[in-house]
Amino acid sequence: MSQQGYVATPPYSQSQSGIGLSPLHGHYGDPSHAASPPGMMKPVGNLGATAPVVMMSPSPPPPGPHQLGQNGAQASGHSPQRFPGLLPVNSAAPSYAQYQPSTQPSYPSPVSTSSVTHLGSQLSAMHINSYGSGMAPPSQAPPGPPSVASFQGPPRPPQPSVLQPGSQVLPPPPTTLNGPGVSPLSLPAHRQDGLPGLPPLNTQYQPPPPPGPVLGAGYSPQQQAANYGPQMAGAQLSYPGSFPECPAQMAGTPPPPKKLDPDSIPSPIQVIENDRATRGGQVYSTNTRGQVPPLVTTDCVVQDQGNASPRYIRCTTYCFPCTSDMAKQAQIPLAAIIKPFATIPSNETPLYLVNHGENGPVRCNRCKAYMCPFMQFIEGGRRYQCGFCNCVNDVPPFYFQHLDHIGRRLDHYEKPELSLGSYEFVATLDYCRKNKPPNPPAFIFMIDVSYSNIKNGLVKLICEELKTVLEKLPKEEQEETSAIRVGFITYNKVLHFFNVKSNLARPQMMVVTDVGEVFVPLLDGFLVNYQESQSVIHNLLDQIPEIFADSNENETVFAPVIQAGMEALKAAECPGKLYIFHSSLPTAEAPGKLKNRNDKKLLNTDKEKILFQPQTSVYDSLAKDCVAHGCSMTVFLFPSQYVDVASLGLVPQLTGGTLYKYNNFQMHLDSQQFLNDLRNDIEKKIGFDAIMRVRTSTGFRATDFFGGAFMNNTTDVEMAAIDCDKAVTVGFKHDDKLNEDSGALIQCAVLYTTIGGQRRLRIHNLGLNCSSQLADLYNSCETDALINFFAKSAFKAVLHQPLKVIREILVNQTAHMLACYRKNCTNPSAVNQLILPDSMKIFPVYMNCLLKNCVLRSRPEISTDERAYQRQLVMTMGVADSQLFFYPQLLPIHTLDLKSTMLPAAVRCSESRLSEEGIFLLANGLNMFLWLGVSSPPELIQGIFNVPSFAHINTDMTLLPEVGNPHSQQLRMIMNIIQQKKPYSMKLTIVKQREQPEMVFRQFLVEDKGLYGGSSYVDFLCCVHRKISQLLN
Amino acid sequence: MMATYLEFIQQNEERDGVRFSWNLWPSSRLEATRMVVPLACLLTPLKDRPDLPPVQYEPVFCSRPTCKAVLNPLCQVDYQAKLWACNFCFQRNQFPPSYAGISEVNQPAELMPQFSTIEYVVQRGPRSPLIFLYVVDTCLEEDDLQALKESLQMSLSLLPLEALVGLITFGRMVQVHELSCEGISKSYVFRGTKDLTAKQIQDMLGLSKPAMPMQQTRPAQPQEHPFVSSRFLQPIHKIDMTLTDLLGELQRDPWPVTQGKRPLRSTGVALSIAVGLLEGTFPNTGARIMLFTGGPPTQGPGLVVGDELKVPIRSWHDIEKDNARFMKKATKHYEMLANRAATNGHCIDIYACALDQTGLLEMKCCTNLTGGHMVMGDSFNTSLFKQTFQRIFSKDFNGDFRMAFGATLEVKTSRELKVSGAIGPCVSLNMKGPCVSENELGVGGTSQWKICGLDPTSTLGIYFEVVNQHNAPVPQGSRGAIQFVTQYQHSSTLKRIRVTTIARNWADVQSQLQLIEAAFDQEAAAVLMARLGVFRAESEEGPDVLRWLDRQLIRLCQKFGQYNKEDPTSFRLSDAFSLYPQFMFHLRRSPFLQVFNNSPDESSYYRHHFARQDLTQSLIMIQPILYSYSFHGPPEPVLLDSSSILADRILLMDTFFQIVIYLGETIAQWQKAGYQDMPEYENFKHLLQAPLDDAQEILQARFPMPRYVHTEHGGSQARFLLSKVNPSQTHNNLYAWGQETGAPILTDDVSLQVFMDHLKKLAVSSAC
Repeated sequence: MSQQGYVATPPYSQSQSGIGLSPLHGHYGDPSHAASPPGMMKPVGNLGATAPVVMMSPSPPPPGPHQLGQNGAQASGHSPQRFPGLLPVNSAAPSYAQYQPSTQPSYPSPVSTSSVTHLGSQLSAMHINSYGSGMAPPSQAPPGPPSVASFQGPPRPPQPSVLQPGSQVLPPPPTTLNGPGVSPLSLPAHRQDGLPGLPPLNTQYQPPPPPGPVLGAGYSPQQQAANYGPQMAGAQLSYPGSFPECPAQMAGTPPPPKKLDPDSIPSPIQVIENDRATRGGQVYSTNTRGQVPPLVTTDCVVQDQGNASPRYIRCTTYCFPCTSDMAKQAQIPLAAIIKPFATIPSNETPLYLVNHGENGPVRCNRCKAYMCPFMQFIEGGRRYQCGFCNCVNDVPPFYFQHLDHIGRRLDHYEKPELSLGSYEFVATLDYCRKNKPPNPPAFIFMIDVSYSNIKNGLVKLICEELKTVLEKLPKEEQEETSAIRVGFITYNKVLHFFNVKSNLARPQMMVVTDVGEVFVPLLDGFLVNYQESQSVIHNLLDQIPEIFADSNENETVFAPVIQAGMEALKAAECPGKLYIFHSSLPTAEAPGKLKNRNDKKLLNTDKEKILFQPQTSVYDSLAKDCVAHGCSMTVFLFPSQYVDVASLGLVPQLTGGTLYKYNNFQMHLDSQQFLNDLRNDIEKKIGFDAIMRVRTSTGFRATDFFGGAFMNNTTDVEMAAIDCDKAVTVGFKHDDKLNEDSGALIQCAVLYTTIGGQRRLRIHNLGLNCSSQLADLYNSCETDALINFFAKSAFKAVLHQPLKVIREILVNQTAHMLACYRKNCTNPSAVNQLILPDSMKIFPVYMNCLLKNCVLRSRPEISTDERAYQRQLVMTMGVADSQLFFYPQLLPIHTLDLKSTMLPAAVRCSESRLSEEGIFLLANGLNMFLWLGVSSPPELIQGIFNVPSFAHINTDMTLLPEVGNPHSQQLRMIMNIIQQKKPYSMKLTIVKQREQPEMVFRQFLVEDKGLYGGSSYVDFLCCVHRKISQLLN
Repeated sequence: MMATYLEFIQQNEERDGVRFSWNLWPSSRLEATRMVVPLACLLTPLKDRPDLPPVQYEPVFCSRPTCKAVLNPLCQVDYQAKLWACNFCFQRNQFPPSYAGISEVNQPAELMPQFSTIEYVVQRGPRSPLIFLYVVDTCLEEDDLQALKESLQMSLSLLPLEALVGLITFGRMVQVHELSCEGISKSYVFRGTKDLTAKQIQDMLGLSKPAMPMQQTRPAQPQEHPFVSSRFLQPIHKIDMTLTDLLGELQRDPWPVTQGKRPLRSTGVALSIAVGLLEGTFPNTGARIMLFTGGPPTQGPGLVVGDELKVPIRSWHDIEKDNARFMKKATKHYEMLANRAATNGHCIDIYACALDQTGLLEMKCCTNLTGGHMVMGDSFNTSLFKQTFQRIFSKDFNGDFRMAFGATLEVKTSRELKVSGAIGPCVSLNMKGPCVSENELGVGGTSQWKICGLDPTSTLGIYFEVVNQHNAPVPQGSRGAIQFVTQYQHSSTLKRIRVTTIARNWADVQSQLQLIEAAFDQEAAAVLMARLGVFRAESEEGPDVLRWLDRQLIRLCQKFGQYNKEDPTSFRLSDAFSLYPQFMFHLRRSPFLQVFNNSPDESSYYRHHFARQDLTQSLIMIQPILYSYSFHGPPEPVLLDSSSILADRILLMDTFFQIVIYLGETIAQWQKAGYQDMPEYENFKHLLQAPLDDAQEILQARFPMPRYVHTEHGGSQARFLLSKVNPSQTHNNLYAWGQETGAPILTDDVSLQVFMDHLKKLAVSSAC
């Protein structure tokens, strides 16, 4: 889908500079749309030149802002600050195409604000239309029930049934911002006004906009931000690059001086809460094909009735368009996010294990799909028709069963593979390497014992922790002890292997200095059963810190360490996982040696992508070898400076491992977070040496794969290991027409080795609907899944394309998807309204969060390692994790109901939601912040921190003190709930309002304008609306 | 006359450890070449001299830079002027100041004639420790490994306390054990397949950087020893316990060996690392690398045979057919190592115990070039190995180890002579000089050789060339002189210099042939010629060497026999030559020149020992000794002939490598009947016991310990005897059948009689 767009050829990306629209058409090859860009281009170019002049106008007229109060102030308040930064940016960005300089300057400062202003006013004008003139704007200002109601308008769940037949003509399904009533006049009016309006505005440009009056009283955060000095100013400079195509459009948009109320635009919190209210706590049965599951944020009990639980598979849409033309038209990615080993709550049924003995699973002869509920038994049960390829197969004699009166096998409910969406098969030897049953997996612990790690006590900490954590190695439920064997390696610029055979009096250390061609010096005694060798292992773990206590070695190697682990597993003929504890850039002479290449000059250039690519091909080929031998790798990184995460993290990413990073690790602050991660990772449910295959019914197929996997061909997703937190996102494409009756069927089969060393197949089946009506497609969309797909495809594209192009594509595709909806699924008369499909109501805000993520922002303030780290994290995220990651959870703590055991209702991630009297907890899956307003209630502070006042709070803590009062208990309970089942242990930061660390916190207030660039939700929505309008015309 | 010469020869051997082929030297080059057997000697540089206390000062050298001969009894001394004239270059030298009190009645020892051999102790210079680096193969059967571990642990108690020891073990990998660490045993591991340069090895072992930071942090600690100790080589008194434990914990190579495969054994890399380790830490210091291996190298550089059992290790047949795939490459690898070790004065021992071959053919240069020991046995769990190994650490009458290290042997000759070369456990030091001949025999082109390891029996053959021209006769009564200067590191770690100066009369062949004949030492000549033959056999085809030997023998007989032309029956040899043809006959049949029935490893093993043993042992090797025990009289030596194998005799044969006790048919029957247990036949019991006692005596004394074979008439092991005796009676000359004259041998080999007949015929023939 959009994936193709990112990797497009140069001519395509060149065209980007002028018209943001072309790429989208380009890759779908839609002739009708393709024709339009040239036509639009001219006005864009022409107007662009004059645009800056035009732009300036909106802010001066004071009446608008004043009239709209807070919102207006916010919008215009930005302009004075932004404007000075304009020129430098422009001159420093020579990479743009010719006429961009002229558009650019126009855009940054005034444009964004003014565009907001314009649109805001435009939108509020619409509100006025819908709610009655004059009265509406004031009522909107305070967030209140009316606006909520307007969003609620058509309640979500009941819609589909109503809408099916004539949705194209009937307007109700979508949520419109304006409510049902529309203003047909607005757009034409703008167009008429727009062009004539230019000269006067031009003249108005001369005096700089007066900043004073527009700054609203309530806008203190903005002032604070300004106080942060140069950083802040710099941060805003980046904004110009965001939507270069917008200014051109703005030129055509006249500036009605009205503001958009943030409360009037779709609220993610509202959507989440609504879904929770309607579907939370209920049983969700998967018996209906194509039904849209509850949101990931909603707790419910899933009952498998023939389709895989949404915990295993979520799709971007549950109704596929019948034809590829339709798909191209809508540009909605067709994708599934598969988390085959997802954790299932204890109140849901675990997967059944089917054992056909030597016969092995029953499979279609042609497409090799596994027996599943989609197979249709015919001829009295003697044959069955494959639901995927339609091949008619003979039922193997051992599997024969008679059919009942409705053509169903009599044993339908006795066999999980006939009645359930998810189940497992025991695999036969044919499914094993070399046709031999696999050995149980092994864990190898590899500790960097270079000087700094010894010095700061990290090595000692790890060794101590291993003693306890090894007691908790994962095991099969029926087994008493874990079958997993363990091995130990330490290293600096040479490797030390340890023989911990149980019969040894003391461990033996074997030094391998040939790092150029590393090898495994011993077989017997390296990988041992922990229980048997416990005393030798404890002896070793006690001694490791001592042995290297006098070591002065600063240099480390890395690739040879991986190589050694992989070779050890290979020699032992077992799959397994390497746990590497590493701290520094591997600069010692060896393969995979890295140099410091953290070159900030590359930011905002076409070469920026290099920073995300590994420095050498060594790691790539290592990853390939690792996957080939079932060797997964998890790294715990403790960097104190640049360590080149892009290179070091490649192997963990491609081998289904995890990268944990603890910047500037400090023993007293960070050990808890690290130890939690380590324990959690070791105890995780995990499968080894896995191959995933996604089969589909005829008419479409899986084409794109994103995740912790390695692909040797186009179909087999090879994973050295896959754990309960890793998801693979699979994109689909049509290769024929889909049939509405038979739907679109997906079967995901994962062949893997269990922790006990059993070879199994895990099957997940999911049936989707198909429709030739675009409205059906839009109704069945899943925003969280869409964002997951967009994030992964964009983050993958980061390796190959300039960030600017990627951002443009994301914006354009967003606009296109919505424009297509607007055009085909809503009342054509309401062409100027921003009407969002109900299922994608909060898609723009999430998309804006994605666009603002530091990976897609070229900012020198953010470390290259951090960006590479986040990029890799997202690549393996499931839907729930990506939802939280991009739109953090912000919980008010000061209003806690001390009796409730539920989480308090979240608030929107915006500074405006905070208050000086409040305490808020923010979590995004990686970090947790406890934000304390300057006027936080002292009793709360006493309760939580056990100190008398705000001033006494020591922010230098990562764990809350255990104070024996309800506030403290409640807060810590909440934090525990949030932390539960999250793949990463979140580091807690205490943030006091108006203190320096607040900067970091503010980056997570994703509805606001980004500190390091990125527009606010409101701005973005306006921009999208404008683009939609443009597309529609 | 004869008696005097025998005495003279014996006396010289005892005093100087020297035996010359000729004890009167032909005075011209032309005549010398016509003597057929070259002027040469067997030199035992460190021959035991319990009666010779070393002097505690340093020798006085001739001041001529090209000469540097040592002051000796042959020098002319002017006691008044305190001058001495070098007898080699005639340079007149001032005595050093310490010799101020010298006079005719107050002579230093080195001027006294009875001190023709003298040993100096050099007190100067650093005292280098002895170093023993064990290189142990762990691809052994459990029993073998256990036995080897015990032997090694035992050996620790035999080592000098100050000696440094190191341990390298190998199998699929090579492990260099660090001996200084506590709490955890630590080793450096190397891949067995990768050839590493000395530099790489030292880098990887962390030896290339001197331990500077360590010294900086602890500057106040003075070094206990003047030498830098390495983590891998530690004084035995410090790590005795650690090493004993370490050896005790040694496990068999843990890598699985699948059926039909040989274990992967990285001998080549292990040796390379051993050599590199010593090279980096203790160059030019006496050291023994002791390789214990239980099979052929099967991987990496120096690989001798692949790991597929179905492909057998190379045989002589393969080598002749040029089918030995790895031989040349492997040989090259080990030669490179041997040369490096030799350069640094380190010697390499090989203790190979296996039923099959272990690649001694390829590895022989390691021992041969460095003066190391080569021991071959069936298993480490045999007394042959255990006893032999223990004997390495035997001590002499002074309580010193019978081993010396890092020796250089320098040969100086008077002007009429030049040195052609040496054959023995040495390498050339490439010292050109006025006394170096252009005609090389053995390792030539030099007047100095390095012998990295030697013991009191190590013997070199040294070959000379008379260069005096025929038309410039030497003055009547003048003598030729040769000086051997051996500098070595004594086991007491002090440097010593042994100087042997000998002189022999010149004789004019025309007029004094009789005298020259009488002064012929046929034993020494046989061994010296045999060494030449064996030396040639290493590089030439077997038949060529035999032809060469035959030709030399015929020429000698022509020159010194008395006969009428074309009348074989008239042929006679004087007593001084009488045994020589017989030696040659047995030499032709010996395993040193015959490869039939021997594996390449065995040939290498036999040749190794032949090239370093002294004359007595060498003669036993050429012509084994046979003793007879019977009721007819006391034990007596008998002819090594099939006619000696009689039913009522017990035979004891000593071939150096084997001790065979053979019970004649009747004796064997008696023994089976149990007569020895009957009191009335106690004399029979004694008869049976006598050869056993004698054999024990030999077994106790010899290094390496011989294989002990006890067999009887018709026994399968009787072949050891039958293959050695002269086949005077065979199935071809049936007249012997049924007579009580010995045992016929089923062979087509020619007998000594036939050989002699041919020899006489050829000698008297004018055709050649």
